[in-house]
Amino acid sequence: MDQMGNLTIQDETAGASSPISEPRKQKKKKVLLMGKSGSGKSSMRSIIFSNYIAKDTRRLGATIDVDLSHVKFLGNLTLNLWDCGGQDAFMENYLSQQRQHVFSNVGVLIYVFDIESRDFDRDLLTYRSIIAALSQFSPTASVYILIHKMDLVVPNQREDIYNDRVSLIRSKSDAFDPTPFATSIWDQSLYKAWAEIIHDLVPNLDQIEKHLGSLGKLIMAEEVLLFERTSFLVVSSWTSNAIFTADKDHPAQNPTYDRNERLSNIIKNFKQSTSRYTGTPKSAEQFSVFDLKMPNFCMFLIKFTTNTYLGVVLPPGEERYNAAKLNCYIAREQFEDLDSPAKKSADRGATTESSEATS
Amino acid sequence: MPLLHTGRRRTKLNRSYNGPPRQGPVRHISPAQLNLERVYEQNRLSVQKKDGLKAPEPAPGPAAKGKPRLLLMGQRRSGKSSISSVVFHKMPPNETLFLESTARIQKDSMHSFMDFQVWDFPGQVDFMDPSFDLDAIFGEIGALIWVIDAQDDYLEAINRLNSTILNLQPSYPNVNIEVFIHKVDGLSDDYKLDIQRDIMQRIQDELSDHGVENAPINFHLTSIYNHSIFEAFSKVIQKLIPHLPTLEALLNDLCRACRFEKAYLFDVLSKIYIATDSSPVDMPSYEICSDYIDVIVDVSEIYGWDRPKEYIEFLEGPPWNKALEDQVACRDAESAILLTDGKRPIMLREVNKYLALVAIMCEGSYEKMPSVTMNVEGTVKGLTEVFEITKQRK
Repeated sequence: MDQMGNLTIQDETAGASSPISEPRKQKKKKVLLMGKSGSGKSSMRSIIFSNYIAKDTRRLGATIDVDLSHVKFLGNLTLNLWDCGGQDAFMENYLSQQRQHVFSNVGVLIYVFDIESRDFDRDLLTYRSIIAALSQFSPTASVYILIHKMDLVVPNQREDIYNDRVSLIRSKSDAFDPTPFATSIWDQSLYKAWAEIIHDLVPNLDQIEKHLGSLGKLIMAEEVLLFERTSFLVVSSWTSNAIFTADKDHPAQNPTYDRNERLSNIIKNFKQSTSRYTGTPKSAEQFSVFDLKMPNFCMFLIKFTTNTYLGVVLPPGEERYNAAKLNCYIAREQFEDLDSPAKKSADRGATTESSEATS
Repeated sequence: MPLLHTGRRRTKLNRSYNGPPRQGPVRHISPAQLNLERVYEQNRLSVQKKDGLKAPEPAPGPAAKGKPRLLLMGQRRSGKSSISSVVFHKMPPNETLFLESTARIQKDSMHSFMDFQVWDFPGQVDFMDPSFDLDAIFGEIGALIWVIDAQDDYLEAINRLNSTILNLQPSYPNVNIEVFIHKVDGLSDDYKLDIQRDIMQRIQDELSDHGVENAPINFHLTSIYNHSIFEAFSKVIQKLIPHLPTLEALLNDLCRACRFEKAYLFDVLSKIYIATDSSPVDMPSYEICSDYIDVIVDVSEIYGWDRPKEYIEFLEGPPWNKALEDQVACRDAESAILLTDGKRPIMLREVNKYLALVAIMCEGSYEKMPSVTMNVEGTVKGLTEVFEITKQRK
């Protein structure tokens, strides 16, 4: 309880100071993770942020009241993740005594629906009241819906059940326009949902994407991906539109649409193996460079800035590959400022203004 | 559920596995095919009568000559079909719970670096019955793998194993006998060693009572839930490779020249290693190399799509102006990952479409990658030559 009191104070001070260099200031976003008891909130959180594997989540018990965690992301983004216990008693508490405390200053609400739930109508009612409380105190928050435990549904029925649920939920969402996802901890769909959520929270996203794009074009890459260091979620990506086909207007693209999530999944699993082999903790950095040269494509993953990894997919060719790798190492400096914490930005402020004046 | 022609319930709803399809319990030979085989055989015999030299080779039947055979035998429910499915058909271990009891001998042909066959026997049939043709079963044998369930009472299994060995000794004294002490994943280390010692003692006692000294029997502790089953199979398969010392010598030279900690020559499909250098094999290094192969295979599946030819033409144009194959230094897959702990790289190099060389390098070698690549190139050329030469002899 005391801890939470402290945090509210911090939030207020963050809001009070507003330096000129707005995008580089330390961003704190409050993320509410809510849903019925046993729907999978703590499991998801531990897989994405605490390097659990899906099997280990069986060990998790019920969350008592709110589990607060600070997740540092990309150096200048901190997520205050409020994993709220889903038991009825706690829910009632949030909606009554703690209403203002819980629902103010919310950046994102993630609501988890268990696909197996027997009483979907009751879940919807709870959802409705949460939305009402949210619109009262944080009308500008974004809402994400996760229809979880999709692996328990027969594959050929999944799409129908999912669409059904989503339309019902949308009808109860008031003024908010929730973004729905179907997820399961047993495959890569979990990474897709969380990557999208994080993607929208990253403060200077368009700047990052512009830089990635120019880097990609320069090194003649097919794809450039930016990963967050611990969770290996794809924070930002760029695909080339120069993969020519006979049809000039429609460049070719990789047919695997969920490749970012699958890559996150593969790397996370391999990190588990290497942590077992080297004896280092799972959250530690496991590798710094990964090269792969196949006859029809090349790829490398390098440790880029303090909190990111860069992944580049290239067509085959030694010279292009070596040049690209060198260029990416050089480009690190340009991206370092996206990653820097607030105090560094204070002295940067002067130099950028002068450079902006000259350019 | 197509129970008839596959004989087992498909556990994946889209009815697919990632490995080669399992054959049915009964090899359905249609009347037409039987006819054809009969006609072929008649023709062959008649040609042979006319001119012995010109006779064509006999049609390869299910027991094709010259392919070593691995026989999986043991009590019922000891785990033979599960082992075969996990190792050779890439079934996830927890799905083996749904496998049905094997009714007939399952003969799987593995087309990998080495063509061999795996015969999965039903557990309840007694092969020492005179009605069984021992020659058809044991004629081309590579190794006899006897699976003993360590979590169950194993005395009966040992008795059957002993009687099998004693029956085989007179006619086939050189059969390699491997005993897999299976299902040891739940047991403590002390208990595992106890069981192993007990089983070894009983078998050796029984055999020496009957006058068989030093029978070629090897013991392995295995489980399908970790890498131990793959390791055990690696050791079994290595005995079937006639030119193993050459391969080992090549790997030893490579490890010495590049200061590798450990090098393995893996069969990519089954993750069994067919050769390694002479430093002691430890499970962690085997596991990490095996997992690394998985990473490479998965990643290349995602990004290895066919690029359109207009794009390839564009790549071959200025400023390089050469064909894509010439822009590439090496036609085979190459990969390396630099682990932060100890700065040890792990490298992988494809040798041919079945095999890959995976090695754990020593600290600080990542900077020297170009010279390492040159040495690996030499070794791969050597390995390819060995395979060429030995293939011609067959």
